[in-house]
Amino acid sequence: MLTPTYYLVLSALLFSIGSVGLLVRRNPLVMFMSVELMLNAVNLTFIGFAWGLNDIGGQVAVFFVMVVAAAEVVVGLAIVVAIMKRRDGATADDLSVLKG
Amino acid sequence: MGLQLFSFLVAGVVVITGALGVVLARNPVHSALFLIQTLFGVAVEFLVVEAHFLAAIQVIVYAGAIVILFLFVIMLLGVDTAEDLKVDPIVGQRTAAIITGGAILGLLLAVINSVDGVTGTPGSLRNTDELSATGEVLPNVDQLAETIFTTHVFAFEVTGLLLTVAVVGAVVMARRVPGALQALPGFPSTDSVESDADLAEEA
Repeated sequence: MLTPTYYLVLSALLFSIGSVGLLVRRNPLVMFMSVELMLNAVNLTFIGFAWGLNDIGGQVAVFFVMVVAAAEVVVGLAIVVAIMKRRDGATADDLSVLKG
Repeated sequence: MGLQLFSFLVAGVVVITGALGVVLARNPVHSALFLIQTLFGVAVEFLVVEAHFLAAIQVIVYAGAIVILFLFVIMLLGVDTAEDLKVDPIVGQRTAAIITGGAILGLLLAVINSVDGVTGTPGSLRNTDELSATGEVLPNVDQLAETIFTTHVFAFEVTGLLLTVAVVGAVVMARRVPGALQALPGFPSTDSVESDADLAEEA
C-alpha cells in the first residue's frame, strides 16, 4: 500500500544526493544539474502531499516551481556562457573576481 | 504488493540511480543524460499519484527543454572535458560535503519518522465539494486549471513577468559587449577580444 511517506523518503534521498553533488562538483554546469535534482526532490514532496491530503494546491505549487526553475536555468546558463566566452574551462573555484 | 507501489519502487530506483549518475559521472554530457533519466523517473512518480498534467509538463519542459539547453551550452562552449573527481581543491572538501549530505538526509528522515502520518484520505483529489452534480470526478487538468486561473491567477500573471525578465536578462548577458569585463584581473586584454571580433567580421 503506497503512502505519502514513501514519497517523502524518496524525496529526502534525492535532495541529499543533489546537495552532495552541488558541494563536490566544480563544473558550474554540473552544479546547476544538482540544483535541478534538489528542486525535483521538493516537487516530489509537494506531489506526495497533494495526493496524501487530497488537495490540488500542492500540484499548483509544483507548477510554479517548474516555471521558476526554467527561468533560473536560463539566466544561470547565460551567466555561464558570458563567463566562459572570456575564460576557457573555468571551474567554480576560478570564479573569484567578486571576492574583492 | 499493489501495482501502484510496484510502479513507485521501479521509478524510484530509476530516479536514484540517475541522480547518482549526475553526481558521479566525470563527463558533463553524461551527467546531463543521467539527469534526463532522473527527470523521466520523477515524471512516472507523478503519474503514479495521478498528477497527469504535471507529468506531461515534467517531460516536455524539464527533459525536453531544460536538459537540451544544458547540452547546448556544453557543446557550444566545449567544456565537455572530463573532471578529475579525485582532486580535492580544498583539503577535506569532499569529506565535509558527504558528511553534510548525510546529516541532511538523517535530519529529513528523522523528521519524516517523527510525524505520525499524513492526515487525510489518499486519492485522486476526490473532494466531495469538487464533485459535479452527477458525482463525477473532474479530470486532473480541469482541477488544476480551475485553481490556477481563479485562486492563483495573480501568481500566474507574475510568472509571465518573471519569464519575460528572464528572457531579456539572458539575451543581455549572453551578448558580446566590447570592452566589458576586460578591465577585471584575470580576463584577457581588450586587444585580443577585439581582434577576435574583427576576424569574425572579416570572415
